[in-house]
Amino acid sequence: MKPAPFDYHDPTSVEEAIGLLASHENAQLLAGGQSLMPMMNFRMVAPDHLVDLNRVEGLAGIEVDGSTLRFGAMTRQRDIELSPEVERRCPVLREALRHVGHCQTRNRGTIGGSICQLDPAAELVNITALHDGTLQAESPRGIRRLSLGEFAIGYMTHALEPDELLTAVTLTPWSQDHGYAFIEVSPRRGDFAVVAVGILIELDENDVIRRAAIAVSCLGPVPIRSAVVEAALAGETPSHDVLRDAAIEIGKLEAVSDAHVTAAYRQHLARVLTYRAFECAVTRARARRTA
Amino acid sequence: MTDLRHISVRVNGIAYTCTVETRLTLADMLRHELGLTGTHIGCEHGVCGACTVLLNGRSARSCLMLAVQADGFEIATVEGLAQSNGMLSALQQAFLESHALQCGFCTPGMLMTLTELLAETLEPGEAEIRERISGNICRCTGYQAIVAATLLAAERLRQRTGAV
Repeated sequence: MKPAPFDYHDPTSVEEAIGLLASHENAQLLAGGQSLMPMMNFRMVAPDHLVDLNRVEGLAGIEVDGSTLRFGAMTRQRDIELSPEVERRCPVLREALRHVGHCQTRNRGTIGGSICQLDPAAELVNITALHDGTLQAESPRGIRRLSLGEFAIGYMTHALEPDELLTAVTLTPWSQDHGYAFIEVSPRRGDFAVVAVGILIELDENDVIRRAAIAVSCLGPVPIRSAVVEAALAGETPSHDVLRDAAIEIGKLEAVSDAHVTAAYRQHLARVLTYRAFECAVTRARARRTA
Repeated sequence: MTDLRHISVRVNGIAYTCTVETRLTLADMLRHELGLTGTHIGCEHGVCGACTVLLNGRSARSCLMLAVQADGFEIATVEGLAQSNGMLSALQQAFLESHALQCGFCTPGMLMTLTELLAETLEPGEAEIRERISGNICRCTGYQAIVAATLLAAERLRQRTGAV
């Protein structure tokens, strides 16, 4: 027996799950379990109550809602990866998901679980930042919606109350011919990224950048969006010099060091990956525009 | 404090009912409660892939799931791949012929992972196979023979189903 003893609860509704959270001390939510279960097997986490969300009705699914894509928090990463709607409307999400663990972990892992875990290297957190995602949380006090900036308040720390449950993630797709890229460097396939970069770009018919977004993960506790670089790109033609200048700016962002990687190496990777990702996104935008 | 639950699962087509402690992992249930020791346990934190089984046809790490969560599920383990007369599955036969196993520790996880892939496509590319087994660690073979065996199994399955 690896995990320490706990009382197991398997609610079937959101209300029941929230009620369990509100009425039990030291309760932990179990989503896909691909991060929590290892920590419980190591006994780094030992909840008194485990509230399993896997039998909660209505928490999983992908909905096209007007101009947005809405993901139930318990939607499996693999289902998102294989969704034709996601491929059509939000291809960068699919590209990013290919880097999330492995097929076996994506079959169980969920979008909401990954976002609540809030690992600095989490691809799904990067995409939430990149796409200005909205996070919907429910508690006995009702529903509230948070931006990632409001949600992510520190290293692997979110702003939800102990009795609050993330129920959905909403992303707003860009125009149908937008360019996109997600690139990361990790020591091994499926491992945590050292640096990851997500890019979205829209070009007008004169090859001028209408708007661009860039999110860089692993420089700090949460992905960084560079408003300065995004503003500088708008109105420019995506020439080598323009993309190079953007990459150099991203390479100047402050970065953390850890036992394996220096800040300088992270900044180097951020610069190089930004250039490559922009190049890829621009190529795709041109190809999709003429398609 | 012992939190017990009664669960029903089907493993390789056979129905089982058992009483499990809620903190028991699925991997430990398969091995210790059901005696199905073909599913191997390496790292117990989701990194090595040796414990991979199929849950309703989809691969999952059985060390990262509680047995109680499998209640009502159809589980496939390596013991269910060969037919009851001992005839190996096409993938197992190809592993045997291609020397795709040495010590055999990773083999059950490799087989279950690749069984899922071959159920999705009979025309997997080499890169796709390598990507798919990126979550299964093998310290003996260098992976080359495993990739070759999968390509061989796919080819035979294509011939068997009449696909060109």
